[in-house]
Amino acid sequence: MFVPVTDIFETDDALTVMLEMPGVAKDRVDVRVENDVLTIEGQIDFGVYENLRPLYTEYNVGNYARTFQLSSRIEQDRISAALKDGVMTLVLPKVERAKPRKIHVN
Amino acid sequence: MSTTFSSPFDAIFALQRALDARHQSDWFGSNTAGTGAFPPINIFQQRDDFVAIVELPGVDKVDLEIEAKESTIRISGKKEIGFGTSAGVHRRERASGGFDRTFSLPIDISAEAIRADAASRSAGEHTSVCLYP
Repeated sequence: MFVPVTDIFETDDALTVMLEMPGVAKDRVDVRVENDVLTIEGQIDFGVYENLRPLYTEYNVGNYARTFQLSSRIEQDRISAALKDGVMTLVLPKVERAKPRKIHVN
Repeated sequence: MSTTFSSPFDAIFALQRALDARHQSDWFGSNTAGTGAFPPINIFQQRDDFVAIVELPGVDKVDLEIEAKESTIRISGKKEIGFGTSAGVHRRERASGGFDRTFSLPIDISAEAIRADAASRSAGEHTSVCLYP
C-alpha cells in the first residue's frame, strides 16, 4: 500500500484534505469514518496493465491508503468527497462551536 | 598451498554496498515514485506500439502540452495548487509548479499517429501517450 501525498488546509468553516491518488477511479475509492478515524483507500485497476510489457519504469503502481484522526470539532456526518484529475478532495465541516466568532468590544 | 587474487571481503563489501543502495533507494518508499524528475513516466510495449503512462495527479489537461519530433517526446505544463488567501495550511506534501520533460525512444515514431489520453486509461486520470512507430 502506498501513502498518498496530502495537503491539509483550514478555512473558517471547514478543513480540506487533498490526497493524490493517480490511477484510482471513482468507483474504486473507499472513504469511511470509524471511531473518529477517517480512512481513505484507493484501489488500482491492474487490468489496465495486462498485455503491456514494461520497457522503462520510473514509478511503481499499487493501491493507496491513509488514515487521519478526527477531532470532536469536525461534523462527521457532513464530510464530503470528490475525485478529480487523480486528486481526492475531502471537505470536513467544523461544528458550529468550533467556527471563529467575532467579539465586539464595547 | 593456494594463491588467491581477490579478497573474499571485497565480495562481502560489494554485497553490503548493494544492500545499502537498495535500502536507501525509493523503491521501498511509501510513495509510488522516487525523488526523480517530474512527472514520472513508465513506458510499455503493446504489440507494435509503445504506451507511455505519465503520473500527473492534479494537472488539468488544458495545462498540459505534448510535442513529438522524430524519436523524441516532450511533455510540459504546469501544476497549480491554491488554498485561497483566507486558508491556514496545516500540511503541505504535494508539489506544484512548472515541468518540462523530454524522453527519447530507440526508434523514430510517427508524430501524426501519437494519441494522448488524459483519463480513459484506467479511468484514473493518468495521462497515457500511445506512440505508433
